[in-house]
Amino acid sequence: MAGIELLSDQGYRLDGRKATELRKVQARLGVFAQADGSAYLEQGNTKVLAVVYGPHEMRGSRSRTLHDRAVINCQYSMATFSTAERKRRPHGDRKSTEMSLHLKQTFEAAVMTQLFPRSQIDIYVKILQSDGGNYSVCVNAATLAVIDAGIPMRDYVCACTVGFVDETPLADLCYAEESGGVSSLALALLPRGGQIALVQMDARLHQDHLEALIEAATTACKGVSKVLDEVVRQHLQEASVLTGED
Amino acid sequence: SMAVDMRLPTVKKTMTLSAPAVYRKDLVVPGDVITSDTGFMRGHGTYVDDDKLTASVAGKVQRVDKLICVRPLKTRFNGEVGDVVVGRITEVQQKRWKVDTNSRLDSVLLLSSVNLPGGELRRRSAEDELTMRKYIQEGDLISAEVQSVFSDGALSLHTRSLKYGKLGQGVLVQISPSLIKRQKTHFHNLPCGASIILGNNGFVWLYPTLGQQDEEAGGFYTSLEPVSLPDREVISRLRNCLLALAAQKVLLYDTSVLYCYESSLQHQVKDILKPEVMEEIVMLTQQKLLAQEG
Repeated sequence: MAGIELLSDQGYRLDGRKATELRKVQARLGVFAQADGSAYLEQGNTKVLAVVYGPHEMRGSRSRTLHDRAVINCQYSMATFSTAERKRRPHGDRKSTEMSLHLKQTFEAAVMTQLFPRSQIDIYVKILQSDGGNYSVCVNAATLAVIDAGIPMRDYVCACTVGFVDETPLADLCYAEESGGVSSLALALLPRGGQIALVQMDARLHQDHLEALIEAATTACKGVSKVLDEVVRQHLQEASVLTGED
Repeated sequence: SMAVDMRLPTVKKTMTLSAPAVYRKDLVVPGDVITSDTGFMRGHGTYVDDDKLTASVAGKVQRVDKLICVRPLKTRFNGEVGDVVVGRITEVQQKRWKVDTNSRLDSVLLLSSVNLPGGELRRRSAEDELTMRKYIQEGDLISAEVQSVFSDGALSLHTRSLKYGKLGQGVLVQISPSLIKRQKTHFHNLPCGASIILGNNGFVWLYPTLGQQDEEAGGFYTSLEPVSLPDREVISRLRNCLLALAAQKVLLYDTSVLYCYESSLQHQVKDILKPEVMEEIVMLTQQKLLAQEG
């Protein structure tokens, strides 16, 4: 295979992880006071801020109002300093627009929008540092922000990016792996029921390998959901100690 | 030279009174099954999935008889008839104003639900519809009461009392609606020299205590007299106290605000926002509240 060796003979990856190992996830809820919900999440070296406003009255184009459910409005952006090379994207680019659309589809599958007819929910995510799996990390951060805002969801939505190298699925790709010519797949999952909210794959992959790859992605998503669950329960516990309600 | 106060970000230390080894059962997260027993009714914050009553928000489970609800830590304002609200006008439409009250949908203030200048029994003419902006326009703040709730959850407001109407000079503080304590009255003239409106929707209005109001103005008169420096200082101090109480999740009502104000007097107004000062004065406030209760 051309390029760098992504999986050593001993079964280790570039950053020393095993094939199914996730990167370290750290997260915090309620980082902003003014927003309805907010969260900060680090997954390895990918760092993301997510902010949620709403549900609130439709602002801007009123014609998009839905009379049976809420409209979800997602905006994905990358900080100028988030990549190795500084890049200003004042009005976003095609990639960000596509990403925003994917996020919107993901959260429409999980948020109970039918409870809020004629209103709007805004989800803003910003990549502060980009090191692979941008879509997945944004989904994970936005899930926490939506929970912080007290907006009803069927379940968490957890996402993970997996790749396929040397007949082996690799979980939670970093930038070096993503750009190393790996066939990668991003999966967003409602972990408890196992329903898939979104699958995205741009690369070529033999049909026989797809099932194994989805299986690996599902396992990885469930791993992420355990970490998020821990973060949310910890946050609940702390907040309810402060309010002193028993 | 000017002294500049700088500090590094620190991770908030958690205040645990007793470290629980296991998570409390009454705290749930989205997707948690509350009960598989089909004899219960599904309330807010829950849904039925596969005959199991499941939580859809992160919060505390509350059971009233056969009804199970989950109350999240933070939400938008869920108004009820009789609630006092402070809101900002977002739009002037025909015969009505739209008001942002931190609800899921903007509230409505009908032209027929306000007292126009000229007394209680004045008829509303077509001319009144055209001059609605003269009374209240976009960006103005008002205090009002919830008159009714529409089927989609939007609120209808009224200002048919002298205490409600357009707000003049003062400071708006926005905090979580869950921190406002429900009381008989939400209007207070505090003995420290300022007045406060504790809106049920989490919008709190601080303003200088005014003299007798002119009944003929119908709640649209706003004084533009300059506010004296001592009054402005009192209002600023109260604002910072409100933020301190909210940061420590203390319920807001006249007594807690007043005690916090008294506890803060040994500090300069700007120092109240320092985390350690906040913690100190809120602790003093809580002690005073406990002493008063016991």
